[in-house]
Amino acid sequence: MYCQECQQRPATLHFTKIINGEKNEIHICEQCAKEKGDFIPGSNSFSIHNLLSGLLNFEQHPLSESTSKARSQQVMQCSKCGMTYSEFAKIGRFGCSNCYKTFASKLDPVLKRIHGGNTDHSGKIPKRIGNDLLERKKINQLRQHLQQLIHQEEFEEAAQVRDQIKSMEKRLGGSD
Amino acid sequence: MSLKRFMSEAISPWMKNEGPDSDIVLSSRIRLARNLENHVFPLVADEQQSEEVNEQIRKHYENQAYGSVGNLSYINVDQLKVIERRVLVEKHLISPNLAEEPKHSAVLMSEDESISIMINEEDHIRIQCLFPGFQLSEALTLASGIDDWFEEKVNYAFDEKHGYLTSCPTNVGTGMRASVMMHLPALVMTQKIHRIVPAINQLGLVVRGIYGEGSEAQGNVFQISNQMTLGKSEIDIVEDLRGVVLQLIEEERSARNTLLETSKIQLEDRVYRSLGTLANSRIIQSKEATKCLSDVRLGIDLEMIEGISRKILNELMILTQPGFLQQYAGETLSPDDRDIRRATLIRERLKLEKNNE
Repeated sequence: MYCQECQQRPATLHFTKIINGEKNEIHICEQCAKEKGDFIPGSNSFSIHNLLSGLLNFEQHPLSESTSKARSQQVMQCSKCGMTYSEFAKIGRFGCSNCYKTFASKLDPVLKRIHGGNTDHSGKIPKRIGNDLLERKKINQLRQHLQQLIHQEEFEEAAQVRDQIKSMEKRLGGSD
Repeated sequence: MSLKRFMSEAISPWMKNEGPDSDIVLSSRIRLARNLENHVFPLVADEQQSEEVNEQIRKHYENQAYGSVGNLSYINVDQLKVIERRVLVEKHLISPNLAEEPKHSAVLMSEDESISIMINEEDHIRIQCLFPGFQLSEALTLASGIDDWFEEKVNYAFDEKHGYLTSCPTNVGTGMRASVMMHLPALVMTQKIHRIVPAINQLGLVVRGIYGEGSEAQGNVFQISNQMTLGKSEIDIVEDLRGVVLQLIEEERSARNTLLETSKIQLEDRVYRSLGTLANSRIIQSKEATKCLSDVRLGIDLEMIEGISRKILNELMILTQPGFLQQYAGETLSPDDRDIRRATLIRERLKLEKNNE
Protein backbone atom coordinates (compact mmCIF):
# COMPACT_ATOMS: atom_id res chain seq x y z
CA MET A 1 0.00 0.00 0.00
CA TYR A 2 1.33 3.43 -0.94
CA CYS A 3 1.22 6.53 1.22
CA GLN A 4 -1.97 8.45 0.58
CA GLU A 5 -0.14 11.78 0.88
CA CYS A 6 2.86 11.42 -1.44
CA GLN A 7 1.68 8.34 -3.38
CA GLN A 8 5.34 7.39 -3.69
CA ARG A 9 6.65 5.74 -0.56
CA PRO A 10 5.06 2.69 1.06
CA ALA A 11 2.65 3.53 3.87
CA THR A 12 4.15 2.41 7.15
CA LEU A 13 1.79 4.13 9.58
CA HIS A 14 -1.83 3.11 9.70
CA PHE A 15 -4.39 4.94 11.78
CA THR A 16 -8.08 4.92 12.33
CA LYS A 17 -9.32 8.36 13.26
CA ILE A 18 -12.72 8.54 14.87
CA ILE A 19 -14.35 11.94 15.12
CA ASN A 20 -17.92 12.10 16.36
CA GLY A 21 -18.37 8.45 15.57
CA GLU A 22 -17.21 8.88 11.98
CA LYS A 23 -14.43 6.48 11.06
CA ASN A 24 -11.53 7.52 8.85
CA GLU A 25 -8.66 5.27 7.85
CA ILE A 26 -5.31 6.90 7.26
CA HIS A 27 -2.32 5.24 5.62
CA ILE A 28 0.80 7.34 5.34
CA CYS A 29 4.57 7.02 5.30
CA GLU A 30 6.72 8.20 8.18
CA GLN A 31 8.13 11.15 6.24
CA CYS A 32 4.73 12.59 5.34
CA ALA A 33 3.52 12.01 8.87
CA LYS A 34 6.46 14.03 10.09
CA GLU A 35 5.85 16.83 7.62
CA LYS A 36 2.21 16.94 8.55
CA GLY A 37 3.25 17.17 12.18
CA ASP A 38 0.49 14.76 12.95
CA PHE A 39 0.84 11.34 14.60
CA ILE A 40 4.59 11.49 14.99
CA PRO A 41 5.70 8.69 17.22
CA GLY A 42 7.80 10.32 19.90
CA SER A 43 6.32 13.77 19.66
CA ASN A 44 4.42 14.92 22.68
CA SER A 45 1.24 15.25 20.70
CA PHE A 46 0.81 11.54 20.39
CA SER A 47 1.29 8.83 22.98
CA ILE A 48 -0.21 5.57 24.00
CA HIS A 49 -2.31 7.47 26.50
CA ASN A 50 -3.78 9.71 23.82
CA LEU A 51 -4.57 6.64 21.83
CA LEU A 52 -6.10 4.98 24.85
CA SER A 53 -8.03 8.06 25.68
CA GLY A 54 -9.51 7.96 22.18
CA LEU A 55 -10.53 4.41 22.81
CA LEU A 56 -12.17 5.18 26.13
CA ASN A 57 -13.93 8.33 24.96
CA PHE A 58 -15.25 6.53 21.95
CA GLU A 59 -17.42 4.62 24.39
CA GLN A 60 -19.16 7.83 25.30
CA HIS A 61 -19.59 9.41 21.88
CA PRO A 62 -22.78 7.73 20.67
CA LEU A 63 -24.72 9.17 23.60
CA SER A 64 -27.57 11.46 22.69
CA GLU A 65 -28.18 14.54 24.83
CA SER A 66 -30.94 13.01 26.88
CA THR A 67 -28.96 9.93 27.80
CA SER A 68 -25.88 11.95 28.60
CA LYS A 69 -28.02 13.99 30.98
CA ALA A 70 -29.19 10.82 32.66
CA ARG A 71 -25.59 9.68 32.81
CA SER A 72 -24.39 12.85 34.46
CA GLN A 73 -26.82 12.30 37.29
CA GLN A 74 -25.10 9.07 38.22
CA VAL A 75 -21.44 9.91 37.65
CA MET A 76 -19.16 6.97 38.23
CA GLN A 77 -16.59 8.04 40.79
CA CYS A 78 -14.01 6.02 42.71
CA SER A 79 -14.70 6.25 46.42
CA LYS A 80 -11.02 5.85 47.26
CA CYS A 81 -9.13 8.21 44.96
CA GLY A 82 -12.01 10.34 43.70
CA MET A 83 -11.37 9.71 40.01
CA THR A 84 -14.43 9.89 37.76
CA TYR A 85 -14.91 7.81 34.65
CA SER A 86 -14.56 10.82 32.40
CA GLU A 87 -11.24 11.71 34.07
CA PHE A 88 -10.07 8.15 33.59
CA ALA A 89 -11.16 8.28 29.95
CA LYS A 90 -9.28 11.54 29.50
CA ILE A 91 -5.92 10.48 30.93
CA GLY A 92 -6.20 6.78 30.20
CA ARG A 93 -4.93 5.74 33.60
CA PHE A 94 -6.47 4.63 36.87
CA GLY A 95 -6.02 6.56 40.11
CA CYS A 96 -5.87 3.52 42.38
CA SER A 97 -6.54 -0.19 42.47
CA ASN A 98 -10.09 0.43 43.65
CA CYS A 99 -10.87 2.11 40.30
CA TYR A 100 -10.90 -1.37 38.79
CA LYS A 101 -13.92 -2.15 40.96
CA THR A 102 -15.55 1.25 40.45
CA PHE A 103 -15.39 1.12 36.66
CA ALA A 104 -15.82 -2.65 36.45
CA SER A 105 -19.01 -2.46 34.41
CA LYS A 106 -17.29 -0.52 31.63
CA LEU A 107 -13.92 -2.19 31.74
CA ASP A 108 -14.29 -5.45 29.86
CA PRO A 109 -14.84 -3.96 26.37
CA VAL A 110 -11.84 -1.66 26.89
CA LEU A 111 -9.57 -4.45 28.12
CA LYS A 112 -10.71 -6.67 25.27
CA ARG A 113 -9.60 -4.09 22.72
CA ILE A 114 -6.23 -3.61 24.34
CA HIS A 115 -5.43 -7.22 25.12
CA GLY A 116 -6.53 -9.08 22.02
CA GLY A 117 -9.94 -10.08 23.35
CA ASN A 118 -8.76 -11.09 26.81
CA THR A 119 -10.27 -9.79 30.04
CA ASP A 120 -9.01 -12.29 32.61
CA HIS A 121 -5.57 -12.75 34.11
CA SER A 122 -3.99 -16.15 33.64
CA GLY A 123 -0.44 -15.45 34.72
CA LYS A 124 1.48 -15.42 37.95
CA ILE A 125 -0.30 -15.30 41.31
CA PRO A 126 1.62 -13.68 44.16
CA LYS A 127 2.70 -16.35 46.62
CA ARG A 128 1.57 -14.84 49.89
CA ILE A 129 -1.76 -13.22 49.00
CA GLY A 130 -2.23 -15.84 46.30
CA ASN A 131 -2.50 -18.56 48.91
CA ASP A 132 -5.38 -16.66 50.42
CA LEU A 133 -7.05 -16.55 47.02
CA LEU A 134 -6.89 -20.29 46.67
CA GLU A 135 -8.08 -20.70 50.26
CA ARG A 136 -11.04 -18.38 49.67
CA LYS A 137 -12.03 -20.36 46.62
CA LYS A 138 -11.95 -23.50 48.73
CA ILE A 139 -14.11 -21.91 51.43
CA ASN A 140 -16.71 -21.01 48.82
CA GLN A 141 -16.77 -24.56 47.60
CA LEU A 142 -17.14 -25.86 51.15
CA ARG A 143 -20.02 -23.46 51.78
CA GLN A 144 -21.86 -24.86 48.80
CA HIS A 145 -21.14 -28.35 50.04
CA LEU A 146 -22.47 -27.39 53.46
CA GLN A 147 -25.78 -26.21 51.99
CA GLN A 148 -26.06 -29.46 50.15
CA LEU A 149 -25.45 -31.49 53.30
CA ILE A 150 -28.05 -29.48 55.26
CA HIS A 151 -30.49 -30.02 52.44
CA GLN A 152 -29.84 -33.73 52.61
CA GLU A 153 -30.23 -33.57 56.41
CA GLU A 154 -26.77 -35.01 56.97
CA PHE A 155 -26.18 -32.87 60.00
CA GLU A 156 -23.25 -34.69 61.49
CA GLU A 157 -21.10 -34.24 58.41
CA ALA A 158 -22.46 -30.71 58.00
CA ALA A 159 -21.19 -29.82 61.46
CA GLN A 160 -17.73 -31.02 60.50
CA VAL A 161 -17.71 -28.97 57.31
CA ARG A 162 -18.94 -25.92 59.25
CA ASP A 163 -16.05 -26.27 61.69
CA GLN A 164 -13.60 -26.67 58.83
CA ILE A 165 -14.90 -23.44 57.25
CA LYS A 166 -14.66 -21.64 60.57
CA SER A 167 -11.06 -22.64 61.14
CA MET A 168 -10.11 -21.69 57.58
CA GLU A 169 -11.79 -18.32 57.92
CA LYS A 170 -9.98 -17.74 61.18
CA ARG A 171 -6.64 -18.41 59.53
CA LEU A 172 -7.49 -16.01 56.71
CA GLY A 173 -8.84 -13.38 59.07
CA GLY A 174 -5.42 -11.84 59.80
CA SER A 175 -4.61 -10.98 56.22
CA ASP A 176 -8.02 -9.75 55.13
CA MET B 1 39.11 12.31 33.03
CA SER B 2 40.64 9.97 30.45
CA LEU B 3 38.25 8.47 27.96
CA LYS B 4 39.20 4.98 29.10
CA ARG B 5 38.25 5.70 32.69
CA PHE B 6 35.13 7.59 31.71
CA MET B 7 34.02 4.68 29.56
CA SER B 8 34.53 2.17 32.31
CA GLU B 9 32.23 4.25 34.47
CA ALA B 10 29.75 5.03 31.74
CA ILE B 11 29.13 1.55 30.44
CA SER B 12 27.06 -0.66 32.69
CA PRO B 13 29.07 -3.71 33.76
CA TRP B 14 26.35 -6.07 32.49
CA MET B 15 26.89 -4.67 28.99
CA LYS B 16 30.53 -5.67 28.90
CA ASN B 17 29.71 -9.33 28.41
CA GLU B 18 28.41 -10.66 25.15
CA GLY B 19 25.32 -12.80 25.33
CA PRO B 20 23.95 -15.41 22.91
CA ASP B 21 23.23 -14.16 19.36
CA SER B 22 24.77 -10.83 20.23
CA ASP B 23 25.63 -10.14 16.58
CA ILE B 24 21.95 -9.24 16.21
CA VAL B 25 20.32 -9.12 19.65
CA LEU B 26 21.90 -6.34 21.70
CA SER B 27 19.98 -6.89 24.92
CA SER B 28 16.98 -8.55 26.54
CA ARG B 29 14.82 -6.92 29.15
CA ILE B 30 11.96 -7.88 31.44
CA ARG B 31 9.95 -5.22 33.25
CA LEU B 32 7.33 -5.98 35.89
CA ALA B 33 4.90 -3.29 37.05
CA ARG B 34 3.64 -3.65 40.60
CA ASN B 35 1.62 -1.52 43.00
CA LEU B 36 1.15 -1.58 46.73
CA GLU B 37 -2.21 -2.42 48.16
CA ASN B 38 -4.13 0.44 49.81
CA HIS B 39 -2.08 3.23 48.26
CA VAL B 40 -3.31 5.45 45.42
CA PHE B 41 -1.18 5.26 42.28
CA PRO B 42 1.68 7.80 41.85
CA LEU B 43 -0.28 9.74 39.22
CA VAL B 44 -2.80 11.02 41.76
CA ALA B 45 -0.77 10.65 44.97
CA ASP B 46 0.02 13.80 46.93
CA GLU B 47 3.47 14.53 48.42
CA GLN B 48 2.78 12.65 51.61
CA GLN B 49 1.29 9.59 49.95
CA SER B 50 4.23 9.34 47.55
CA GLU B 51 6.68 9.71 50.40
CA GLU B 52 4.94 6.92 52.32
CA VAL B 53 5.30 4.49 49.43
CA ASN B 54 8.90 5.50 48.85
CA GLU B 55 9.70 5.09 52.55
CA GLN B 56 7.99 1.72 52.86
CA ILE B 57 10.13 0.29 50.07
CA ARG B 58 13.33 2.04 51.14
CA LYS B 59 13.17 0.72 54.71
CA HIS B 60 12.90 -2.89 53.51
CA TYR B 61 15.22 -2.89 50.53
CA GLU B 62 17.90 -0.21 50.81
CA ASN B 63 21.30 -1.94 50.89
CA GLN B 64 19.66 -5.35 51.09
CA ALA B 65 21.29 -8.17 49.16
CA TYR B 66 19.38 -10.35 46.75
CA GLY B 67 20.98 -13.76 46.14
CA SER B 68 24.15 -13.66 44.07
CA VAL B 69 23.21 -10.23 42.72
CA GLY B 70 24.49 -8.52 45.84
CA ASN B 71 23.41 -5.28 47.46
CA LEU B 72 20.89 -2.94 45.95
CA SER B 73 21.77 0.69 46.39
CA TYR B 74 19.06 3.26 46.78
CA ILE B 75 19.23 6.46 44.76
CA ASN B 76 16.88 9.35 45.38
CA VAL B 77 16.06 10.66 41.91
CA ASP B 78 14.96 14.13 43.03
CA GLN B 79 18.36 14.67 44.60
CA LEU B 80 20.21 14.05 41.35
CA LYS B 81 21.29 16.82 39.00
CA VAL B 82 19.47 17.10 35.69
CA ILE B 83 22.47 15.77 33.76
CA GLU B 84 22.89 12.83 36.13
CA ARG B 85 19.25 11.91 35.61
CA ARG B 86 19.73 12.13 31.87
CA VAL B 87 22.68 9.81 32.07
CA LEU B 88 20.55 7.21 33.89
CA VAL B 89 17.96 7.50 31.12
CA GLU B 90 20.60 7.06 28.44
CA LYS B 91 21.78 3.93 30.24
CA HIS B 92 18.16 2.71 30.23
CA LEU B 93 18.21 2.49 34.03
CA ILE B 94 15.34 4.89 34.56
CA SER B 95 12.57 6.05 32.24
CA PRO B 96 12.46 9.55 30.72
CA ASN B 97 9.24 9.95 32.65
CA LEU B 98 10.93 9.39 36.01
CA ALA B 99 13.75 11.77 35.10
CA GLU B 100 11.31 14.54 34.19
CA GLU B 101 9.05 14.23 37.21
CA PRO B 102 11.18 12.92 40.02
CA LYS B 103 8.63 13.64 42.74
CA HIS B 104 9.57 11.35 45.64
CA SER B 105 10.88 8.84 43.19
CA ALA B 106 13.86 6.60 43.61
CA VAL B 107 15.69 3.76 42.00
CA LEU B 108 17.17 0.65 43.59
CA MET B 109 20.09 -0.56 41.56
CA SER B 110 22.34 -3.62 41.59
CA GLU B 111 26.07 -3.06 41.38
CA ASP B 112 26.37 -4.37 37.82
CA GLU B 113 23.31 -2.27 36.87
CA SER B 114 21.53 -5.29 35.40
CA ILE B 115 18.73 -4.74 37.89
CA SER B 116 17.02 -1.42 38.40
CA ILE B 117 13.85 -1.00 40.36
CA MET B 118 12.03 2.28 39.86
CA ILE B 119 9.89 3.57 42.70
CA ASN B 120 6.98 5.94 42.09
CA GLU B 121 7.14 5.93 38.32
CA GLU B 122 3.75 5.41 36.70
CA ASP B 123 3.38 2.48 39.09
CA HIS B 124 4.73 2.22 42.64
CA ILE B 125 7.29 -0.41 41.67
CA ARG B 126 8.83 -1.24 38.34
CA ILE B 127 11.31 -4.09 38.41
CA GLN B 128 13.62 -4.16 35.42
CA CYS B 129 16.22 -6.80 34.53
CA LEU B 130 18.61 -6.34 31.62
CA PHE B 131 20.75 -9.05 30.05
CA PRO B 132 23.23 -8.87 27.18
CA GLY B 133 22.26 -10.71 23.97
CA PHE B 134 19.26 -12.95 23.65
CA GLN B 135 18.46 -14.09 27.20
CA LEU B 136 14.78 -13.43 27.75
CA SER B 137 14.03 -16.50 29.85
CA GLU B 138 17.01 -15.77 32.08
CA ALA B 139 15.78 -12.21 32.55
CA LEU B 140 12.29 -13.46 33.38
CA THR B 141 13.61 -15.88 36.00
CA LEU B 142 15.60 -13.13 37.69
CA ALA B 143 12.78 -10.56 37.57
CA SER B 144 10.27 -13.05 38.90
CA GLY B 145 12.61 -13.96 41.75
CA ILE B 146 12.99 -10.32 42.72
CA ASP B 147 9.22 -9.96 42.48
CA ASP B 148 8.78 -12.83 44.98
CA TRP B 149 11.40 -11.25 47.22
CA PHE B 150 9.47 -7.97 47.24
CA GLU B 151 6.21 -9.71 47.87
CA GLU B 152 7.61 -11.20 51.07
CA LYS B 153 7.59 -7.74 52.66
CA VAL B 154 4.94 -5.69 50.85
CA ASN B 155 1.34 -6.39 49.85
CA TYR B 156 0.68 -6.03 46.15
CA ALA B 157 -2.52 -4.70 44.59
CA PHE B 158 -3.76 -7.85 42.93
CA ASP B 159 -7.13 -9.29 42.07
CA GLU B 160 -8.15 -12.65 40.85
CA LYS B 161 -9.77 -11.46 37.62
CA HIS B 162 -7.41 -8.71 36.54
CA GLY B 163 -4.14 -9.94 38.06
CA TYR B 164 -1.60 -7.28 39.04
CA LEU B 165 -3.43 -3.96 39.07
CA THR B 166 -1.53 -1.23 37.28
CA SER B 167 -2.05 2.44 36.67
CA CYS B 168 -2.41 2.01 32.92
CA PRO B 169 -4.88 -0.56 31.58
CA THR B 170 -2.27 -1.58 28.98
CA ASN B 171 -0.15 -3.16 31.72
CA VAL B 172 -2.76 -4.90 33.85
CA GLY B 173 -2.58 -8.66 34.33
CA THR B 174 1.01 -9.83 34.33
CA GLY B 175 2.30 -6.25 34.49
CA MET B 176 5.06 -7.59 32.30
CA ARG B 177 6.77 -6.03 29.33
CA ALA B 178 9.34 -8.31 27.75
CA SER B 179 11.54 -6.71 25.14
CA VAL B 180 14.59 -7.32 23.04
CA MET B 181 16.75 -4.78 21.29
CA MET B 182 17.81 -5.88 17.83
CA HIS B 183 20.23 -4.50 15.25
CA LEU B 184 18.60 -5.14 11.88
CA PRO B 185 20.55 -3.18 9.24
CA ALA B 186 20.18 -5.72 6.42
CA LEU B 187 16.41 -5.93 6.84
CA VAL B 188 16.29 -2.14 6.60
CA MET B 189 18.64 -1.97 3.59
CA THR B 190 16.66 -4.60 1.69
CA GLN B 191 13.43 -2.85 2.81
CA LYS B 192 12.14 -6.16 4.09
CA ILE B 193 11.51 -4.46 7.42
CA HIS B 194 8.46 -2.68 5.96
CA ARG B 195 6.76 -6.00 5.39
CA ILE B 196 7.92 -7.53 8.63
CA VAL B 197 6.86 -4.78 11.07
CA PRO B 198 3.13 -4.92 10.23
CA ALA B 199 3.23 -8.73 10.46
CA ILE B 200 4.81 -8.54 13.91
CA ASN B 201 2.17 -6.03 14.98
CA GLN B 202 -0.54 -8.45 13.99
CA LEU B 203 0.91 -11.01 16.37
CA GLY B 204 0.26 -8.71 19.32
CA LEU B 205 3.86 -7.54 19.49
CA VAL B 206 5.15 -3.99 19.12
CA VAL B 207 8.20 -2.69 17.27
CA ARG B 208 9.70 0.61 18.44
CA GLY B 209 12.84 2.73 18.50
CA ILE B 210 15.36 2.13 21.24
CA TYR B 211 14.16 4.52 23.92
CA GLY B 212 10.78 2.86 24.15
CA GLU B 213 7.37 4.28 23.57
CA GLY B 214 7.17 6.73 20.73
CA SER B 215 10.85 6.94 19.86
CA GLU B 216 12.35 6.55 16.41
CA ALA B 217 14.48 3.62 15.35
CA GLN B 218 18.00 5.02 15.57
CA GLY B 219 20.84 3.30 13.81
CA ASN B 220 18.66 0.39 12.72
CA VAL B 221 18.11 -0.65 16.31
CA PHE B 222 14.59 -1.85 17.02
CA GLN B 223 12.90 -2.80 20.26
CA ILE B 224 10.39 -5.61 20.02
CA SER B 225 8.05 -6.23 22.92
CA ASN B 226 4.76 -7.76 23.91
CA GLN B 227 1.63 -5.64 23.70
CA MET B 228 -0.79 -7.85 25.59
CA THR B 229 -0.40 -8.38 29.31
CA LEU B 230 -3.75 -9.96 30.05
CA GLY B 231 -4.93 -13.48 29.29
CA LYS B 232 -1.54 -15.07 28.74
CA SER B 233 0.99 -16.33 31.26
CA GLU B 234 4.41 -14.75 31.58
CA ILE B 235 6.09 -17.83 30.17
CA ASP B 236 3.77 -17.94 27.15
CA ILE B 237 4.36 -14.26 26.44
CA VAL B 238 8.13 -14.76 26.56
CA GLU B 239 7.88 -17.88 24.40
CA ASP B 240 5.81 -16.06 21.75
CA LEU B 241 8.28 -13.20 21.68
CA ARG B 242 11.18 -15.65 21.55
CA GLY B 243 9.69 -17.31 18.50
CA VAL B 244 9.41 -14.02 16.63
CA VAL B 245 12.91 -12.93 17.61
CA LEU B 246 14.40 -16.22 16.44
CA GLN B 247 12.67 -15.74 13.11
CA LEU B 248 13.92 -12.17 12.84
CA ILE B 249 17.47 -13.34 13.56
CA GLU B 250 17.13 -15.85 10.71
CA GLU B 251 15.70 -13.21 8.37
CA GLU B 252 18.41 -10.71 9.20
CA ARG B 253 21.17 -13.29 8.71
CA SER B 254 19.75 -14.35 5.38
CA ALA B 255 19.35 -10.71 4.26
CA ARG B 256 23.00 -10.12 5.21
CA ASN B 257 24.03 -13.11 3.08
CA THR B 258 21.94 -11.91 0.16
CA LEU B 259 23.57 -8.48 0.38
CA LEU B 260 27.02 -10.09 0.45
CA GLU B 261 26.19 -12.20 -2.59
CA THR B 262 24.52 -9.54 -4.69
CA SER B 263 26.12 -6.26 -3.71
CA LYS B 264 29.27 -6.89 -1.72
CA ILE B 265 31.22 -3.99 -3.22
CA GLN B 266 28.40 -1.51 -2.57
CA LEU B 267 28.12 -2.80 0.97
CA GLU B 268 31.87 -2.51 1.52
CA ASP B 269 31.79 0.99 0.12
CA ARG B 270 29.06 1.98 2.54
CA VAL B 271 30.77 0.38 5.53
CA TYR B 272 34.17 1.97 4.79
CA ARG B 273 32.69 5.38 4.05
CA SER B 274 30.94 5.27 7.39
CA LEU B 275 34.13 4.21 9.11
CA GLY B 276 35.88 7.08 7.35
CA THR B 277 33.25 9.53 8.52
CA LEU B 278 33.52 8.35 12.12
CA ALA B 279 37.31 8.35 12.07
CA ASN B 280 37.70 11.78 10.47
CA SER B 281 34.69 13.98 11.22
CA ARG B 282 35.14 17.18 13.19
CA ILE B 283 31.40 17.82 13.52
CA ILE B 284 28.85 15.04 13.61
CA GLN B 285 25.17 15.06 14.47
CA SER B 286 23.66 12.28 16.50
CA LYS B 287 21.60 10.93 13.63
CA GLU B 288 24.56 10.63 11.28
CA ALA B 289 26.71 9.13 14.02
CA THR B 290 24.23 6.38 14.81
CA LYS B 291 23.78 5.61 11.11
CA CYS B 292 27.55 5.31 10.61
CA LEU B 293 27.92 3.27 13.79
CA SER B 294 25.30 0.87 12.53
CA ASP B 295 27.18 0.46 9.23
CA VAL B 296 30.48 -0.10 11.01
CA ARG B 297 28.95 -2.63 13.35
CA LEU B 298 27.57 -4.50 10.32
CA GLY B 299 31.03 -4.37 8.77
CA ILE B 300 32.46 -5.95 11.92
CA ASP B 301 29.76 -8.66 11.98
CA LEU B 302 30.48 -9.47 8.32
CA GLU B 303 34.23 -9.53 8.99
CA MET B 304 34.90 -6.69 6.58
CA ILE B 305 36.45 -4.65 9.36
CA GLU B 306 38.92 -6.17 11.75
CA GLY B 307 40.47 -4.84 14.91
CA ILE B 308 37.41 -3.03 16.20
CA SER B 309 35.31 -4.78 18.81
CA ARG B 310 31.62 -5.35 18.29
CA LYS B 311 30.78 -3.68 21.58
CA ILE B 312 31.75 -0.35 20.05
CA LEU B 313 28.23 0.22 18.70
CA ASN B 314 26.51 -0.32 22.05
CA GLU B 315 29.15 1.78 23.76
CA LEU B 316 29.20 4.71 21.39
CA MET B 317 25.43 4.79 21.00
CA ILE B 318 25.34 5.49 24.73
CA LEU B 319 28.45 7.66 25.00
CA THR B 320 27.41 10.04 22.23
CA GLN B 321 24.02 10.87 23.75
CA PRO B 322 23.68 14.47 24.97
CA GLY B 323 23.73 13.54 28.68
CA PHE B 324 26.97 11.59 28.46
CA LEU B 325 28.65 14.11 26.20
CA GLN B 326 27.96 16.82 28.73
CA GLN B 327 29.03 14.72 31.63
CA TYR B 328 32.29 13.89 29.85
CA ALA B 329 32.84 17.53 28.99
CA GLY B 330 31.99 18.50 32.55
CA GLU B 331 29.80 21.37 31.37
CA THR B 332 26.51 22.15 29.69
CA LEU B 333 26.92 22.19 25.91
CA SER B 334 24.92 23.80 23.14
CA PRO B 335 23.77 21.47 20.34
CA ASP B 336 26.55 22.79 18.06
CA ASP B 337 29.17 22.17 20.74
CA ARG B 338 27.78 18.70 21.27
CA ASP B 339 28.24 17.86 17.58
CA ILE B 340 31.91 18.87 17.84
CA ARG B 341 32.44 16.97 21.09
CA ARG B 342 30.68 13.93 19.65
CA ALA B 343 33.04 13.84 16.68
CA THR B 344 36.05 14.18 18.98
CA LEU B 345 34.85 11.46 21.31
CA ILE B 346 34.24 9.01 18.47
CA ARG B 347 37.69 9.71 17.00
CA GLU B 348 39.31 9.19 20.39
CA ARG B 349 37.37 6.02 20.95
CA LEU B 350 38.45 4.57 17.61
CA LYS B 351 42.05 5.54 18.31
CA LEU B 352 41.86 3.80 21.68
CA GLU B 353 40.64 0.67 19.92
CA LYS B 354 43.60 0.81 17.52
CA ASN B 355 46.12 1.23 20.32
CA ASN B 356 44.66 -1.70 22.24
CA GLU B 357 45.43 -4.02 19.39
